[in-house]
Amino acid sequence: MTFTAKKLQNRFRPQWRSALLATAMAIAAAPAMAQETFKIGIVSFLSGQAAESFGVPAVNGAKVLVEAFNKGQAPAPYNKPGFAGMKIEAVYVDEAGGATKQVQELRNLYEREKVDVVVGYVSSGDCLAVAPVAEEMKRFLILYDCGTPRIFEENKYQYVFRTASHATMDNVALARYLKSRNVKVERYNMINQDYAWGQDSRKDFMLSMEQLYKGAKVEADLLPKFGAGQYGTEISALSTKPADILHSSLWGGDLQAFILQASARGVFQKQQVVLSAGDHVLPGLGDKMPNGVILGARGAYGLMSPKSSLNDWWFSLYEKAYNVYPVQAPYRMAQALFGLKAAAEKAMAANGGKKPTQEQLAAALKGSQWESPAGTIRMALGDGQQAIQDTAIGKTRYDAAKKMVMLDDIQRFGAECVNPPATMKSEDWIKAGFPGAKCQ
Amino acid sequence: MIATSSKRVFLVCALVFLLLLGLSLVLPKWLIFLATIALANGLVSLGIVLMMRSGVVPFGQGLVFAAGGYTAALLFNRLGITDALALSLMGGIAAFLIALPFASLLARYRGIFFAMLTLALSMVLYGILMKTNALGGSDGFNVTRPTLFGFRPEAAQSTFLLWGVTAGISCLMAGLARIYCDSTRGLLSLAVRENELRVEYLGMSVVNIVAWNYLLAAFLGGLGGALSVLALGHIDPNFSYWTTSGEFVFVAILAGYQSVIAVFVGSLLLELVRSFSSAYFPNTWQLALGIFLLLVIRFLPDGLGSQMYRLLPKRPTKD
Amino acid sequence: MNLLITIIFDGLTYAAWLFIVALGLTLVFGVLKILNIAHGSFYAVGAYAGASLVSWLLSIQMSPALSVVALVAAAVAVSAILAPLTERGLLRMFYGRDEVLLVLVTYAMFLMLEDITKLLWGVNPYYVSDTYQAFGTLSIAGQSYVGYDVLLIGIAVGCGLLTWWILNRTRHGKVVTAVIHSAEIAASMGVNVSRIYTLAFMGGVFLAALGGALTAPMISVQPGLSVGVIIVSFAVVIIGGLGSIEGAAIGALIVGLSRAAAVHIWPPAELFSIYVVMAIILMIRPEGLFQRIQARKI
Repeated sequence: MTFTAKKLQNRFRPQWRSALLATAMAIAAAPAMAQETFKIGIVSFLSGQAAESFGVPAVNGAKVLVEAFNKGQAPAPYNKPGFAGMKIEAVYVDEAGGATKQVQELRNLYEREKVDVVVGYVSSGDCLAVAPVAEEMKRFLILYDCGTPRIFEENKYQYVFRTASHATMDNVALARYLKSRNVKVERYNMINQDYAWGQDSRKDFMLSMEQLYKGAKVEADLLPKFGAGQYGTEISALSTKPADILHSSLWGGDLQAFILQASARGVFQKQQVVLSAGDHVLPGLGDKMPNGVILGARGAYGLMSPKSSLNDWWFSLYEKAYNVYPVQAPYRMAQALFGLKAAAEKAMAANGGKKPTQEQLAAALKGSQWESPAGTIRMALGDGQQAIQDTAIGKTRYDAAKKMVMLDDIQRFGAECVNPPATMKSEDWIKAGFPGAKCQ
Repeated sequence: MIATSSKRVFLVCALVFLLLLGLSLVLPKWLIFLATIALANGLVSLGIVLMMRSGVVPFGQGLVFAAGGYTAALLFNRLGITDALALSLMGGIAAFLIALPFASLLARYRGIFFAMLTLALSMVLYGILMKTNALGGSDGFNVTRPTLFGFRPEAAQSTFLLWGVTAGISCLMAGLARIYCDSTRGLLSLAVRENELRVEYLGMSVVNIVAWNYLLAAFLGGLGGALSVLALGHIDPNFSYWTTSGEFVFVAILAGYQSVIAVFVGSLLLELVRSFSSAYFPNTWQLALGIFLLLVIRFLPDGLGSQMYRLLPKRPTKD
Repeated sequence: MNLLITIIFDGLTYAAWLFIVALGLTLVFGVLKILNIAHGSFYAVGAYAGASLVSWLLSIQMSPALSVVALVAAAVAVSAILAPLTERGLLRMFYGRDEVLLVLVTYAMFLMLEDITKLLWGVNPYYVSDTYQAFGTLSIAGQSYVGYDVLLIGIAVGCGLLTWWILNRTRHGKVVTAVIHSAEIAASMGVNVSRIYTLAFMGGVFLAALGGALTAPMISVQPGLSVGVIIVSFAVVIIGGLGSIEGAAIGALIVGLSRAAAVHIWPPAELFSIYVVMAIILMIRPEGLFQRIQARKI
């Protein structure tokens, strides 16, 4: 066989094919010809099960915020247009397709699309896969959403940052809320999705309960498949095992299906339901959401966000653009972009107004803190690469006049109360009884 | 089909390998990385093509892909073996061993049942991997940069090292596959595809041929899995999911079973289409990919391989 | 004892859902010899269509109990529009080719339909849970269930009986059975085989869409519905035997009951149970429990 690439090119039919391909590649690789812009690659779920609950709202938040930044409409200290005058350009990539695809897409973003910064990743699996790649490429990456504590507890990074607390905070806060409200818990049930997120949430909650409610027993411990959607059997199992509370880290379509099916069968009347990340289903469910459900938003977001002029501005910006108030996902994207803006402008002030290098950006963001609509974000863990923030837990109540679900009995938890200290891993910290936690 | 001599085959392989190494000096890094993944996936599809030549299509090569990948990753992390060639070889062998107990069982089935049985096995492995927290559970785990004969590359050189290893192994396997296809066993596989009963009457064991094709495909799948893990730096249970297996089958069908090079070209084409759809159609990349698949199946009925053979100038075949 | 009754009833409700979804898949395979990966997508389209239609009807004050009829009507509409489109427009181009090639064509259809549904209906969730709660509750062995679950069991049994009756007791059904056994001979006897294919495909799509439409009141209809359904309906069909209705019923029962038992007795087994059952059945009886006799050409 003497087949060679040259012979291939000499024939007509494949020639136009390769010419087309070459043209497409040339277009893709052509540098921006206009003035210099700051290019951000934003990666989140635009399809699949996480699109509706986390991906698309976050991308919507990014779109409206980037536009506001470019027009200089944000309140001080974020009121410079773009990043210190440099226009921001955002490209969006779908996170669906698995970690393998995301590693390729990350490399494409840096090397083909020539983005300066990537902000992304909801799925912990994707975060774990892409973080080492960005670090090896010495490129700046902000993980804005994923929950696993493993990222900075298993590795050290210089170029990779997470601008939100990891998931340990959610379940520790939930347990603390129950304790401070004196909710009686002698037996409790759990239902979580059977993959890393669900398993870690379950573990964090159980360990926290062991510390705060000594002697509380686990009755039903259910782990339905991710994306099951049909919970008839699980609901029967929960009903056969009466308990004081039912804990769940379910999210998205699974949580919505569970709420609809379980409320029809009286589960919410028999057990106090506590949800670690449930706020994102409230706008959609409306009056179908049972009252009295204790839930968290993985941070002080949405209806539990603290009052400030920045928050008021952001809340109405999002609400006017999309006809629904922002829940957790757009808030987390916003705090990442605010942090990026603060760091970029700090770096540009130090280097005379030029676009900062990757190292300058990293040095500016490391260990920094900034104001976001959800409060102060401090990069206190992981050697200054991992953020901690305050959180809040509330209780649902449907307001028929306003035609929306409100949150009552909101209790805030300071960042140092529900996040581990810089010196300990999350699991060890909970098992040791939260040493060093600063709660009122 | 043009008969070739082994010497000529290996000469071509060596030339192509040198060409690929040379290309890495001029092509952009993202393209080299994409091509590395494409070649690693192409190895798995090559195995499928070997099986297709004997008339069965496996829908569960994710099993061997994941087996090779996890073996390489575990050896890297737990035993500290970091040599890229050694890891690939061990990945291939591990996949071969895992496929061994199933080979003769699977070889008795055909058509959709063969496909579904392989699918079931790969999904069982998927379930096991999801539940096993020691292997990272659903999030998987990472591996860092591999070495080659003791040489430890810098971060920037690692792309080229992996490209070199993958290109080398792919060229070697392509050459070996070509020789196998032209050998007696390879030609018998085609006969099995046509009419099994007659092959049995001629005295050859059909089950033996199909089982060995399955094992060879398993070895190739394990090699591809190990190379993929080293290139990506990460492994998770998705390696064994049915959509991953489906894509390998698609590339095999795209390539057809006549040309070995077509398999790698097809794999590269799929990766390029997927990558560009993602960049230009972030909201509708699945639609773009689906349309591409349909166009290929419609207009390339016998795969790319048949097209490539038509391009070659007619030459007298010598036996 | 109560636990046993609960497990059986839970198994039955899940099996009913599985059966409606899997019946269409096994029908399409039996007649057209196509394993339709896009089956889950038709399910999703049915769910969206049902949810859209019923939300509109409920907003004009239709009684929730009657909306079940609307769900069935939505499924009929989906199948009447989509089935001829996909079968004649797309699949027909590939008849006669390798059966695995056809599977890949359906995989391409699945990818396309994912984005098409997203373009048509957006990413926001649709709720029609009033229908789910419209049939009251009942108590079985101390557990509270909704009437809708019992209704689903009834519909599943009805679908099964209807399909069986059509295939075995009507003239058209016997013609379809003939096509199942050998399309070539049937064609040579004067049967319009391509029309039978279209009708059978319409039936399969209808059943998938019906499954989706009937599920819509229990869930929030949003992107990502199709993926979970595909694997589970495949497993049921493979266990029961491709092309067999009794097989789909028995397969659904086996999967439903084993899942219910796992959840109540030993939850960690639940993720595996379906794949392990599938693998075991395939090792012992690879053509499934109720295999169709397939003639072998020499």
